[in-house]
Amino acid sequence: MDDTLAAHRIRNMGDGGRATLVLACLALAFAGWSFLIGPMDLSAPALFAGLFDGHGAAGTIAREIRLPRALLALIVGAALGGSGAALQGLFCNPLAEPGVTGVTSSASLGAVIALYFGFVSFSPLALPVLAILGALAAAGILYILSQRGAGAVALILAGVAIASFATAMTALALSYAANPYAMSEIVTWMLGSLKDRTFDDVTYALPLVAAGLALLMLAGRGLDALTLGEDAARSLGVDVARTRGLVIVGVALATGAATAVAGAVSFVGLVVPHLLRPFCGYRPARLILPSAIGGAALVAAADDVLRLVAPDGQLLLGVATAMLGAPFFLWLIVKLGGER
Amino acid sequence: MSISFENVSVHFGARAALDDVTLRLAPGAVTGIVGPNGAGKTTLLRAALGLQSVSHGLIRIRDKPLGDWSRRTLARAMAYLPQGGEPRWPLPAREVVMLGRLPYLGRFTAPDRADHVAAMEALSRCDAAAFAERRVDELSAGERARVLFARALATGAAILLADEPAAFLDPAHQLRLVDLMREEARRGITVAVTLHDLALASRHCDEVIVLREGCLAAAGPAETALSDPTLAAVFGIAAERVCDPAGRSTLAAFRRI
Repeated sequence: MDDTLAAHRIRNMGDGGRATLVLACLALAFAGWSFLIGPMDLSAPALFAGLFDGHGAAGTIAREIRLPRALLALIVGAALGGSGAALQGLFCNPLAEPGVTGVTSSASLGAVIALYFGFVSFSPLALPVLAILGALAAAGILYILSQRGAGAVALILAGVAIASFATAMTALALSYAANPYAMSEIVTWMLGSLKDRTFDDVTYALPLVAAGLALLMLAGRGLDALTLGEDAARSLGVDVARTRGLVIVGVALATGAATAVAGAVSFVGLVVPHLLRPFCGYRPARLILPSAIGGAALVAAADDVLRLVAPDGQLLLGVATAMLGAPFFLWLIVKLGGER
Repeated sequence: MSISFENVSVHFGARAALDDVTLRLAPGAVTGIVGPNGAGKTTLLRAALGLQSVSHGLIRIRDKPLGDWSRRTLARAMAYLPQGGEPRWPLPAREVVMLGRLPYLGRFTAPDRADHVAAMEALSRCDAAAFAERRVDELSAGERARVLFARALATGAAILLADEPAAFLDPAHQLRLVDLMREEARRGITVAVTLHDLALASRHCDEVIVLREGCLAAAGPAETALSDPTLAAVFGIAAERVCDPAGRSTLAAFRRI
């Protein structure tokens, strides 16, 4: 019996831990690669030298363009991957995801309002704050619907409605904002992009995303208990309302901040937890951290591929994630339909 | 630990789901809670667990009012098997059972030796150790019911409340589950279980509580609580009493009157 117990423990920790470690290495590798490629053909030694001394063109490009972009890919991916895992745990629904449920679109709407109606001139924090409020509104609506007994499918349909509405409002807001580039801006916010970001974006996105992910981690045990349904979870001593609150606020913080820097990038939170379940198992608490790291790896990889395929930056990040994610989403629906 | 209800009422709007109920669930016995649909059986269990707030009256767990218990000590004292508590994710059976140890786990601490031992012991007590590593969605309904029961046992609580654990099971699996409950009662646990099957209740429960529209219609040993007048008044049925070889009386041959 002792042997089997020890074996269980080693196997569990082994699988989840090893997967997480591999993902972390992948994420760093993809981000490093992202740092090395770009329209300006610079050698790796020149870039690293520039990163440390900050001199010359290489220094400027390394510090102000390449590094923020690589870091933001990791931050945005971690936010979306972690949020996806937590939302799936909360709704006990493998289809839940910030993009599909309209949380990113609503965050994007908040960001657009902050940018084009002058709120950012009061404080640069207006951008993430309004994006987070947008995300909070969408997540809150979903939460209320789930409380009223909306099932898995109803929640996804509600998410589609929220996403369409937020996207329409984003287009409306941009067309009212006196801005000659409105059309191209709309596309950027709807599909998401890591183009032309600065280190300022990193400095506010990083703490907000970290705080959001920390809240999601705190909710882990509660999400595990919700696997047995709300009454059983409460009988196990879990404060279900607190767990829900942690997830809603955590997702809003992480997704809101990520969307404020990158626009609405979809499907990362859907694909990553699903890909990780064979390695980490189905227990929600054990999926949140690996999903965050896996999301970072996926977004960094998507960004690398984008720049190899279209070095001019015409292809947006969201295009790549949707090309991968949307067929995957359909496949998942078909598969779940077969099981029921 | 005993549970006592003192003049407990639960209202949903104007409707009383429980109406002035006074009763006691004793340790070391299996108490069956029966009654027609909507009689308040589930509400009774949920109120005892503190999941449902009561509008009047007082519930005591081991002489201490329910409200004075902390969430965590209560979770360690009482295990609940809700109706339709199928796991939402296809976890391996062992992980489902480990959820029963949540009242003992810190926010980030992994289950320790004692937790693993308790989980494995609960699984083997329910004859489920053989499929500990299998995913619950791949088990048969009877096997899954045993895993869920093991989840409730893994807590090691002094009180076990189960809501219709025998529904949708074939007779052999039903009897097996009842045997598990009897065994828990022998160990001194307070076991209360809602049942639709009156034959099962009359044959296997030490005490029976009959609810009708939120009121206590009868309570006591199975033979007296499920008397002919009660069966007629509460369920609108009559039944024969059959003595099995062990000398226990069982209700059978139900017919409408």
